[in-house]
Amino acid sequence: MATDFSFPDSAAKTASAASREFSTEKMSLSMGPSHPSTHGVLRVQMELDGDVVTRADPVVGYLHRGDEKIAENMTYNQFVPYTDRLDYLAPLANNVAYAIAVERLAKLEMPPRCQAIRVIVCEMARISAHLMGLGAYGIDVGAWSVFLYTFTEREKLYKLFEELTGARFTTSYTRIGGVARDVPEGWIQRVDAFCDQFLPILDEVLKLLSRNKIFLDRTEDIGVISREDAIAYGLTGPNLRGSGVPLDLRKDKPYSGYEQYEFDVPVGTRGDCYDRYLCRGEEMKQSVRILKQAVAKFPGGEWYAKDAKKIFGPPKDKILSSMEELIQNFMLVTEGPQMPPGEVYFEAENPKGALGFYVVSKGGGVPWRLKIRSPSFCNLSILPKVCVGAMISDVVSILGSLDFVMGECDR
Amino acid sequence: MTAADVTTALKEKFPQITDRPSLDWPAFDIAPADVLAGLKFLRDDGGYDMLADITAIDDGTDKSPRFTVVWHLLSTTTHNYVRVAAACANDAEPVMPSATGLWPAADWHERETYDMFGITFTGHPDLRRILMWDGYPYFPLRKEFPLAGIETELPDVEVAAETKAKVRPAPMMGGPFVTSSGEFGLGEAEPKAKDESWTERREKPE
Repeated sequence: MATDFSFPDSAAKTASAASREFSTEKMSLSMGPSHPSTHGVLRVQMELDGDVVTRADPVVGYLHRGDEKIAENMTYNQFVPYTDRLDYLAPLANNVAYAIAVERLAKLEMPPRCQAIRVIVCEMARISAHLMGLGAYGIDVGAWSVFLYTFTEREKLYKLFEELTGARFTTSYTRIGGVARDVPEGWIQRVDAFCDQFLPILDEVLKLLSRNKIFLDRTEDIGVISREDAIAYGLTGPNLRGSGVPLDLRKDKPYSGYEQYEFDVPVGTRGDCYDRYLCRGEEMKQSVRILKQAVAKFPGGEWYAKDAKKIFGPPKDKILSSMEELIQNFMLVTEGPQMPPGEVYFEAENPKGALGFYVVSKGGGVPWRLKIRSPSFCNLSILPKVCVGAMISDVVSILGSLDFVMGECDR
Repeated sequence: MTAADVTTALKEKFPQITDRPSLDWPAFDIAPADVLAGLKFLRDDGGYDMLADITAIDDGTDKSPRFTVVWHLLSTTTHNYVRVAAACANDAEPVMPSATGLWPAADWHERETYDMFGITFTGHPDLRRILMWDGYPYFPLRKEFPLAGIETELPDVEVAAETKAKVRPAPMMGGPFVTSSGEFGLGEAEPKAKDESWTERREKPE
């Protein structure tokens, strides 16, 4: 007769039996790459113990197009359309970030009107990206109506984008040394009118979620990211500020004249999904504040760097009527904007976080190396840490609150 | 400490460190053996507490040292950046110590750098490809890798056997115009579909 010596007392024996009864086999679950809550083509390889996630490994790269390789083979201006396809929810902000990075290489300062245009389009892109994020997040956690409101507002912004750039989605608006064209007549007033009607609607949208019991249950104390973790994992944007770090590059390292505008940087206190949601909501209000100021003191003058003849092309009517301008345009198109050798690293505060461009130039019109530091990539890298111990339904909530874009993550 | 103080202190601690030409932030060239100590010093004493980015530069097959790994750090208090670069000693099998012990953020950045350049980060807990699939035989951001791509087997063996499909290089004709980097004459630098000028109808010249 075999005797079990491993349990000296009956209490321990009972405890062991109980745990054996309730312990389940670990299950492996692959979420994505085409799952509605993964917002694109993210796959999360998970190991589950019942309903609790014990391991989560994000598999990225499904949308990898080799943007950095492509950049090494074309002139600086030719790469602008590719930046649209990074964070395709805020193409204008990407255009601006890329243009400023390359302009830093040539130590080129933009005239006030160009800077103001760039600030306006950046903030409009931020609002449109956050509206999209908010609407999709609502759907993720079961609140459909938010999506309908935010998409109505986004449509109004897209009309304005179309009027300005000729495209709704892939705007390709900036050039190295300026923007593609000046603002159309009356456009600034229409931006102003949009801001006025947008604020009450935004309040209404946020009211649908902020005190909603179901929304609170799904987001409060879920996916908590501590301040230390947020910094250690290199989170940026609302995900970092939701954890209480007041880092906003518009405020702390102002570019494109952001220092002229008054705005607040909202920060969270607990770092959970709800705080990240609140940060995005408040950021939209601050963006409207910036827009109102930019519209009120919209400067006149040049809208591109007129003196940088080796970087920005002459006006179209001059190309067609003057020999010198024609040659200048020809050289720019064939050889690209001429940049000195050297390297720069520039990060812009984009809707998703700090979008960085590391440009290494060996002279001429083509970058030797262009590294894109994408905020979504860095923000996603914390997923294995945040998801462990969460319920599987919380993973959906966490993914939505991190608000990533795979086009930018995979590049 | 201000950025200038940090620079002086760093140079005192690591005498062999040299300034790296830079157009914006303070930048240093450091020996691979000192990289981790240097980064740790910048993080703990210099206040550069956030790792913004890790990447590499391939200076071309004819250069030695060929690969340089570049770190960008950001201070969340003073909001300054610093750039640290270290050249890999071995061109054929580039190796660099891993910074995953200092920042968990280094994990994915190093996986990406390994994926794109084939630089091995020693001490990385889980160094595997991240953007390309496991088992992909090339390192796409190396300069000898053509823009059109190289014919490769599909990652899924069963699908490949069934469909006979392969990852095929993209014809460049009509595709992106290729412009050369550096100081070239107008003829060479002109944007055109280079030697990859074959189409779907015309065979690729060998």
